[in-house]
Amino acid sequence: MNYLNGSKIIPNNGDMAVEARGLVKKFGDFRAVDGVDLNVRAGSIYGVLGPNGAGKTTTIRMLATLLRADEGSAHIFGHNVAKESQIVRQLIGITGQYASVDESLSATENLVIFSRLLGFGRAEAKQKAAQLLEEFSLTEAAKRPLKNFSGGMRRRLDLAASLIAQPPLIFLDEPTTGLDPRTRNQMWDTIRRLVKSGSTVLLTTQYLQEADELADRIAVIDHGRVVAEGTVDELKASVGTSSLQLSIQNPQDVENARQKVEEVLKVQSIVSPEGGKITAPMADADRVTDLLIAFRQSGIQLAELSVQKPTLDDVFLTITGNNPHEDVAKPSNKSQQAGGIEG
Amino acid sequence: MKPSSMTQGAERRLRNKTSFGQTIRNSLTMAYRGLLKIKRTPEQLFDVTLQPIIFTLMFTYIFGGAISGDVQSYLPVIIPGILVQTVITTSVVTGTQLREDMDKGVFDRFKSLPIARIAPLAGALLADTVRYTIATVLTLTMGYIMGYRPEGGLGSVVIAALLVIVCAWAISWIFAFFGVIARTASSVQGISMIILFPLTFLSNAFVPADTMPDWLQWFVKINPISHLVTAVRDLANAGTVGWDLTASLIGAAVIVAIFAPITVRAYMRRT
Repeated sequence: MNYLNGSKIIPNNGDMAVEARGLVKKFGDFRAVDGVDLNVRAGSIYGVLGPNGAGKTTTIRMLATLLRADEGSAHIFGHNVAKESQIVRQLIGITGQYASVDESLSATENLVIFSRLLGFGRAEAKQKAAQLLEEFSLTEAAKRPLKNFSGGMRRRLDLAASLIAQPPLIFLDEPTTGLDPRTRNQMWDTIRRLVKSGSTVLLTTQYLQEADELADRIAVIDHGRVVAEGTVDELKASVGTSSLQLSIQNPQDVENARQKVEEVLKVQSIVSPEGGKITAPMADADRVTDLLIAFRQSGIQLAELSVQKPTLDDVFLTITGNNPHEDVAKPSNKSQQAGGIEG
Repeated sequence: MKPSSMTQGAERRLRNKTSFGQTIRNSLTMAYRGLLKIKRTPEQLFDVTLQPIIFTLMFTYIFGGAISGDVQSYLPVIIPGILVQTVITTSVVTGTQLREDMDKGVFDRFKSLPIARIAPLAGALLADTVRYTIATVLTLTMGYIMGYRPEGGLGSVVIAALLVIVCAWAISWIFAFFGVIARTASSVQGISMIILFPLTFLSNAFVPADTMPDWLQWFVKINPISHLVTAVRDLANAGTVGWDLTASLIGAAVIVAIFAPITVRAYMRRT
């Protein structure tokens, strides 16, 4: 079972920002990334969605020349990451999970040093630093040492540092993890602005909502593999618009109830490991009435019933869940062109 | 394959090689960063300020009488010796600090920037010459206060001081290498001291070599530290330049030629 679109090699004509083929990274015996294929069209926001330890960060580090891939190849705007790494570095900006700025220096000093390293003159570097600090509303804190910065400020400074050279491709590794909702929304606005100005963004996230808000296309990654790829709508369609959660009063009835669910709703359902809870995609709400009647007829008593909007967990359970013979997420690549920004 | 079309109209010139000029500029910027860090945390200069003062006082008064009869006539022997020993020991700190620095996220950014790969290392090492300069000036000042009047004159002393700083910078590449490959800062300290201790003490820095057993004399004579100490003594005490100076400079060049590339390679491989 394979949802990849990678078997087909898209010839590089300059409008693919990222093309990765069969990337593998091993740490000892552990295959952190196990054959990842990615195609990111220039000018789009691409989301890589996955739980902790799925291999998101490792993939980004390979694409950003920070790690050498053990197998496979990657091209950034047609430039080979391994062979033309210095060119690739001129085309990318990266903002990591942990702020890669200098703790002992001030915000201005950080930006001036990075600007100088990127070839700006003394005066230009100062100007650039001031301009970025202004843009990221950090001007007031410009002179303070970073030790006193909040998580959100640090993240903003980190992003500002990635944008000094105005790179056409920006990697954002979990840009909003650990931020409060208000700061998170600001970050989202900034990311959307970036794409409007012509950049391509590849971001990783653990939150379906974030991918939903920002990304044009999403790759779901688990255990170092891409398990699904498509637009947000395609992925959401694969898990149903919402999911039905049922708690069964009597544990002995759970298996029976599950069969009823699959019979009546005609979908795959999952019994939670703690037992007693059945989750099923709810594509057609009307059928739930039939299900409840079926329960009554077979004497299955419900303890609780709720409807939940899809979460990342559901995407995973549906895609990577125990019985994946049914084709739940087969995005049709032909019809998909990276469009405008959604959400 | 025209990435420039994505760059908001800005034309990008892409090169896969860093020029020599860029390497120098990048290294100087990184050195500027090193200096800023020293300015922010002046307490890290404790070792280079206290060590020269304490060691110079201690060694001179402990060994002076036994080796040269009196302190006054020991000063021309010990001051060049202690100068070399102090400054070279200081270069170990370069390795430990590099290790600590590299554990921070900012090195990830340096790696992802299109800059010369050697710059983050060369810059850090370059900034540390400030430390060697402080140690050098303080040792010589202590010597002067204790009555040392180098007969070679001020010019020769300055050249001798520069020689020590240059050699310490070269040697710091060795410790930078340990810094890059070691797991923790304290292990860098450990390995470095094991190497440095025999090297500085099994030399003519404190005691004339002819008082030692033959087999030890053999080592002391080939020890590069001895050559450096002799070169400094020749310069400071007589104002003469001899083979030892050349040998020291060749030694320094060889160390950089070997350790700079392997350090950069190890730095690149480490993640």
